[in-house]
Amino acid sequence: MKVGVVRFPGSCDELDALAAASLVGEATILPHGRPELSGVDAVVIPGGFSYGDYLRAGAIARFAPVMEAVARFAREGGPVLGICNGFQVLCEARLLPGALLANRHLRFRCRQVTCLVDNPQTPFTRACRGRQTLSIPVKHTTGRYHAPEPVLDELEARGQVVLRYAEEANPNGSARDIAGVCSAEGNVFGLMPHPEHAVDPLTGSRDGLCIFESMREHVDGALAVA
Amino acid sequence: MKARVLVRPKQGILDPQGKAVERALPALGFEGVTNVRVGRLIELEVEDPRQLGQMCEQLLANPLIEDYEIVTEPAAEAPATAA
Repeated sequence: MKVGVVRFPGSCDELDALAAASLVGEATILPHGRPELSGVDAVVIPGGFSYGDYLRAGAIARFAPVMEAVARFAREGGPVLGICNGFQVLCEARLLPGALLANRHLRFRCRQVTCLVDNPQTPFTRACRGRQTLSIPVKHTTGRYHAPEPVLDELEARGQVVLRYAEEANPNGSARDIAGVCSAEGNVFGLMPHPEHAVDPLTGSRDGLCIFESMREHVDGALAVA
Repeated sequence: MKARVLVRPKQGILDPQGKAVERALPALGFEGVTNVRVGRLIELEVEDPRQLGQMCEQLLANPLIEDYEIVTEPAAEAPATAA
């Protein structure tokens, strides 16, 4: 599997994402200014403050040339993982439903949180042990997931709520404790917690690795069929 | 043409900035202030003001979470000529 990690001006977690992806495959940086993906099998949009988060988090990154290629790749069913700012970018690009708002308490939250895998059958969670809990860090100011109530009902009914904060662990006031959602087709996934920061015992948890291992299983399965 | 776009959090969406301001005002002695909402003002000059709606829908606001209002200023009057 070859994973492309997008780098925007203001990205800051792309090297950790690159290192995490390298544990499960080959990984390369995709520059923001070129509308092509160099033949990768999966795309990661990393955390950070793309384009300074001007206007709204993710609002400007959405128009970067590389995002044209990412949108096309996503429409063709390619797996796209957006982490933190990457989640915000995918929502602004309308590749994922909903939006991310300022944390309820207006504070930057940086802490380890416990999340529950609510749908273990997506391309990003299939390697998890069922509906297991994951200990993964969050670090953000704009992570309060919002969507209109009927949309939230629909997301839950269709298994698009992939990851939730465990009871009492919601760090930002997200609707229905939502930490990550996927697209209707399941191939685009965004989450606020940072699985790429939890792949090495050095940082206390390797629970984030299963997200990357899931992508590998998914891509390997697809390649085997092709 | 000069235009202003006012962007506000949609009604019903919790606006923690507005709440923080609302709580801060009484500390300065300003009582009786409610429903504070903090939004954004975008000033711009446009050749074709008919495009402003699309600009708001596609970039200036996120219609899922924000309402917007477009205010255009009438063009400055031509300099008065001698009668």
